[in-house]
Amino acid sequence: MVEHRGLSRVIPYFVLTLGVAIIAFPVYLCFVGSTHPQHIVSNGQMPLTPGPLFFETYYKTLFIGSSGSTREPVSTMLINSFIMASIIAVGKIAISIISAFSVVYFKFPFRMAAFWLIFITLMLPVEVRIYPTYKIAADLNLLDSYAGLTIPLIASATATLFFRQFFLTIPDELVEASKLDGAGPLRFFWDTVLPLSRTNIAALFVILFIYGWNQYLWPILITTRDDMQTIVIGIKKMIVTADALTEWNVVLATAMLAMLPPVTVVVLMQRWFVKGLVETEK
Amino acid sequence: MATVELTNIKKIYAGGVEAVRDVSLTVPNGSFTVLLGPSGCGKSTLLRMIAGLETITSGVCKIGDRVVNEIEPADRDIAMVFQNYALYPHMTVYDNMAYGLRNRGTPKPEIDKRVREAAKLLAIEEYLTRKPRALSGGQRQRVAMGRAIVREPQVFLFDEPLSNLDAKLRVTMRLEIKRLHNRLNATSIFVTHDQVEAMTLADQVVVMNAGNIEQIGAPGEVYKHPATRFVASFIGSPAMNLMPGKVSDSGVVETPGGKLPFDAKRFSASGEVDVGVRPEDIHVSSGSNGFSFTPELVEELGATRLLHGNFGATPIIVAIPASGTTHENREMRLSIDPAAVHLFDRNSGRSLAR
Repeated sequence: MVEHRGLSRVIPYFVLTLGVAIIAFPVYLCFVGSTHPQHIVSNGQMPLTPGPLFFETYYKTLFIGSSGSTREPVSTMLINSFIMASIIAVGKIAISIISAFSVVYFKFPFRMAAFWLIFITLMLPVEVRIYPTYKIAADLNLLDSYAGLTIPLIASATATLFFRQFFLTIPDELVEASKLDGAGPLRFFWDTVLPLSRTNIAALFVILFIYGWNQYLWPILITTRDDMQTIVIGIKKMIVTADALTEWNVVLATAMLAMLPPVTVVVLMQRWFVKGLVETEK
Repeated sequence: MATVELTNIKKIYAGGVEAVRDVSLTVPNGSFTVLLGPSGCGKSTLLRMIAGLETITSGVCKIGDRVVNEIEPADRDIAMVFQNYALYPHMTVYDNMAYGLRNRGTPKPEIDKRVREAAKLLAIEEYLTRKPRALSGGQRQRVAMGRAIVREPQVFLFDEPLSNLDAKLRVTMRLEIKRLHNRLNATSIFVTHDQVEAMTLADQVVVMNAGNIEQIGAPGEVYKHPATRFVASFIGSPAMNLMPGKVSDSGVVETPGGKLPFDAKRFSASGEVDVGVRPEDIHVSSGSNGFSFTPELVEELGATRLLHGNFGATPIIVAIPASGTTHENREMRLSIDPAAVHLFDRNSGRSLAR
């Protein structure tokens, strides 16, 4: 550690404060906007202090919905987003931990070929393969369903790679000790690999939950019904480009609400998150 | 308890590397056998084949009356202590020890009884609820041994279990393993590259080199009567002095440093040989007998003193009791007891003992 004296002690705080302000100010403005009546936000003379309509706006946003092109209340969107993000995160972790386990601990023909095939999908995110993926989802009647929202996004090379690297750091002797202790591959997975991966799983969950939550392009294609909409799409749909007035206070409130769950996940799992990325318990 | 019998065991890895070539070995029931050799000599591979962690390319491995070649490690009725302990980091000490028994479906009260007994034996009772990471190296080593003991196996396998400990702890744990073996009287096979460990622990030392067994014998035996040049140079610290020589007439070998008499009753030799003399078998001679020696470097070890110098053109080490003073670069006379001269075949390296 570098020892700080005098001015050099103040500078880091100054820089950090500046950074926080740059990030926090738009969020604050967004919050202020969501508490003022629509016309104040629209005419561009919004004050920098919160207005009087906090409960009213948020109640309307959550349970009634805007009068724009989507009339679904935001609570439904929140639930949809939450379900989608959770399924994607859990599904990705489940699939990749199993595939990494098989690639690392089993010797079978074309093992490395299998691994590289998984690896190559890193270069093929949904955006690249969007037409065939949509076609398949449509043919399988997955439109407007949670399955359609999540399954095409679940297969994940990053997480597989992440778990593979972690498994490679587990000492071979642990595998051998398990063998001598009479634990078969599945036992070894449940009793040793899974508990050792806890922090990694937590870290990945945070990353993948936010990845799922922020999905935009895929949900907008696969969902047509309002009640299947996710919140990220909801925000977009509320902004009316035609002659009608956009209810900016509702849009801003929705944006605030859309931020809450990912922030909660990060805050709640921060300790695990850092541990999982930095520390290895072996 | 059981006898372990290896017959013509070979291990050839996929790349064609021969790790173990044609090894036959009997580990008697209840004995403590140490596989000793430099790294890469195949000793660990041999142990892992007995454990079932490596497949046996050819040969027969018998534990008790059973051929175990194709039997899973868990069903061989063995327990192994690993070099890095291989404790399950997420389990408590108790669970670490109980895990193998649980997987075997041992009844709970029985598990509890065995774990507590082993913990008592190893003096780790107070750590049973801790995780391995909260233990010191020595304590972890004890837990690893406890995990082996609770299984009540026919054979204990140790894969360099002491090499991760610091020097002082190693000595303590060595004694403890010895004590434990005397108490449990279980057949044990112990792999190490440390000759002191081998000498102190073993009933039977198996010296290995390049995938072959060089010699099997009691610790005193391999020290006093090394069967090959390799054993002679590997066992003993400092190592045995080796020099080329030529046996001219019976009982005398000519070396670059001078003629040395040897015990013709023990060795039958003629022509080109290698001559071996242990540093501690060279003595300071009184008067003008023996040969002249000028120590270039003197190492003081407390009880003994090591003199480095040349005998003819061969650098040798002489160990003498540390009494009086020895000056560097001052000529002195040394003598070698004929009974302590070993002769080895120049080509095969085998001892020429009758």
